[in-house]
Amino acid sequence: MKVVAALSGGVDSAVAAARAVDAGHEVVAVHLALSRSPAANRVGSRGCCTIEDSHDARRVADVLGIPFYIWDLSELFETEVIDDFVSEYALGRTPNPCLRCNEKIKFTAVLDRSVAMGFDAVCTGHYARIVDGPNGRELHRAVDPGKDQSYVLAVLNEEQLSRAMFPLGDTHKADIRTEAANRGLLVADKPDSHDICFVPDGDTAGWLHNRLGDAPGDIIDATTGELVGQHEGAYAFTVGQRRGVGLGRPAADGARRYVVEVDTATSTVMIGPPTLLHIDHISGDRARWCGPALTESTQALVQVRAHGEAVPARIEVDGDVVTALLDESLRGVAAGQAMVIYDDTRVIGSSTISRATRR
Amino acid sequence: MFFCTRLSYVSKQTVYLDYAATAPMRPEALTAMTTELATVGNASSLHASGRRARRVVEESREAIAAVLNVQPRDVVFTSGGTEADNLAIKGIYAMRQLKDPHRRRILTSPIEHHAVLDPIESLAESAGAEIQYLFADNVGRVDLDWLKTELERDSEQVALVSVMWANNEVGTIQRVAEIAELCAEFTIPFHCDAVQAVGQLPVDASLVDALALSGHKVGGPIGVGALVLRPGVNPVPLLHGGGQERDVRSGTLDTPAIAGLAAAIVAANGDMAERATRVRTLRDDLVERVTATIDDVKRNGDPDETLPGVANLSFEGCEGDALLLLLDAAGIECSRGSACTAGVPQPSHVLLAMGIDPQTARSSLRFSLGMDSTQADVDRVVEVLPDIVARARRAGTPRSSMGS
Repeated sequence: MKVVAALSGGVDSAVAAARAVDAGHEVVAVHLALSRSPAANRVGSRGCCTIEDSHDARRVADVLGIPFYIWDLSELFETEVIDDFVSEYALGRTPNPCLRCNEKIKFTAVLDRSVAMGFDAVCTGHYARIVDGPNGRELHRAVDPGKDQSYVLAVLNEEQLSRAMFPLGDTHKADIRTEAANRGLLVADKPDSHDICFVPDGDTAGWLHNRLGDAPGDIIDATTGELVGQHEGAYAFTVGQRRGVGLGRPAADGARRYVVEVDTATSTVMIGPPTLLHIDHISGDRARWCGPALTESTQALVQVRAHGEAVPARIEVDGDVVTALLDESLRGVAAGQAMVIYDDTRVIGSSTISRATRR
Repeated sequence: MFFCTRLSYVSKQTVYLDYAATAPMRPEALTAMTTELATVGNASSLHASGRRARRVVEESREAIAAVLNVQPRDVVFTSGGTEADNLAIKGIYAMRQLKDPHRRRILTSPIEHHAVLDPIESLAESAGAEIQYLFADNVGRVDLDWLKTELERDSEQVALVSVMWANNEVGTIQRVAEIAELCAEFTIPFHCDAVQAVGQLPVDASLVDALALSGHKVGGPIGVGALVLRPGVNPVPLLHGGGQERDVRSGTLDTPAIAGLAAAIVAANGDMAERATRVRTLRDDLVERVTATIDDVKRNGDPDETLPGVANLSFEGCEGDALLLLLDAAGIECSRGSACTAGVPQPSHVLLAMGIDPQTARSSLRFSLGMDSTQADVDRVVEVLPDIVARARRAGTPRSSMGS
């Protein structure tokens, strides 16, 4: 096959590309320039798309003996991922930009472009497995539970999966580093990237404040209705968060206070004891199916965070709307997060959470 | 079909059409250079080995001066075109400032190479320079009336004028003699970046006050160039040290590279007319057949007053980098014609300054032919380009390729 390997400059995509070459594919490396103003160097594990990263990616391609190009997708990334991230937060929701990037950038813009140019597939260093199942191609969890990235890929449909290649899903991360070193790839020891790539210092609240400005409002205790403080922008708060709720003294009931609700329309942040965070009824929209769509009530597993635990639930589907009735309650589920539905290791699909309540 | 069989990474038959980026070394240059590389001698040393090296340097200087119609002492060797441009611009600006601190204006064209634009911008940031961009028309030719008006406005405050001889991206040749005449009228130093012109066109460096050239664009080595200075134009040095090159440019003279540069310039001068005719014929054939077989192709730059080997073409509805990738896979090497900023391809500032819209600018490729280009090269491009453009058009642009 003719394959575009997305090379970030990190160790995972490097080994993924190397494996694609080994498998006999004709591989062309593409580094995606996603930042309008890339920093010169990566600082520790923060950020990505630095000039150093593109240099590292180029050197990987040299070692693998494959052509290397940089595709400038920064404008699209800005409108599809960053703007969406900001507007979601402005609505009091907590989006996952990695899912959005996989859906809109890597497996739409890059994939479409590659296919139009005559390529058959896009290869990335994501930890997930694609398996040929009885009903077509299936997306499964990686064998390394600590690195599994099937959650952020749960927006890919069957067509996209049929043109995706994830060569790392069957290997543990530690072995990938060893393999990279054995292959002579200089990125073997490069730190993993964490956090949100376009918030290089990791200060999401500060970054949002720069974009959204002051939107002061009240912090109210949900149990008593009491005004307990002020904030500078409700968008800086996420359901389940404890930091920054500004409680100078213990609550009357002695329980710790968490953000339990964010209402950006009134700029109100509601806080409450952890019991108020327990939810067992999640509804979402924007259903995405990684294979045949669910049509009837199904017992499955749902996961609501990239590195969260999957919990059993009954799933009901009505068109684009997905409802999960959890067997046991979960704590702190924010609107905007993705709810990913699994059948054991197989990803059935995902939905963007719109409401999480207690039955 | 080239693409259906195999992506040829290391093509057995590479079609090299990127002479404006760098030209293959001429055999004369290679011989001259390798001879010197094997010989010891610092041209500043007083002993026999040093004298021998010095003789090579001076004979090279004389040969280059003769081709460019200047005196040997006018030729200052540098590490390349970029250094020559920097030395001319920063050095002449500083020279003028020393005499009269009010001379802060620098007149230049918006289609200059970054080796000219960036030192000027750096002077504006750090040394109080005021940049006045001259108007370039839709074929990339600097407007002389505009220059005249700017000079007349307050020539007392102008430090220097810098306009290139021929443009590296679209090939358009400037009216250097007329610009020189205007500058002389107001006694303003005129620097001319002739990196793309030397070796391709007859260049009379005595017309201008400073002229930059580069070795590897004329079939010489990379890493050497020269700044030709009219007597009396004494730029403040950028590099201080051993006082070589009459104190204008210190640094041990690179005898092998200088020998290679001179050999290339002499050889290029020797076959210039014949080569220009042959290369122009091939280039015109390429443009004619590509525009005839592919819809919505537009040629950028002046079709007549242009470098013989350069063809800058816009392929409406494509991204230049998609075209480059597919051409590369077919073994054809050309260029976007613009420098990369931070590794990310930007639309060419030259095309934008010519009034071309950003999307069209992004869809542009520069084919540049030269000495060893053949009819077979052109035939190969004409053969594969329609399919490549069709694919690139299907791939669209990153902004338009979104499904929803």
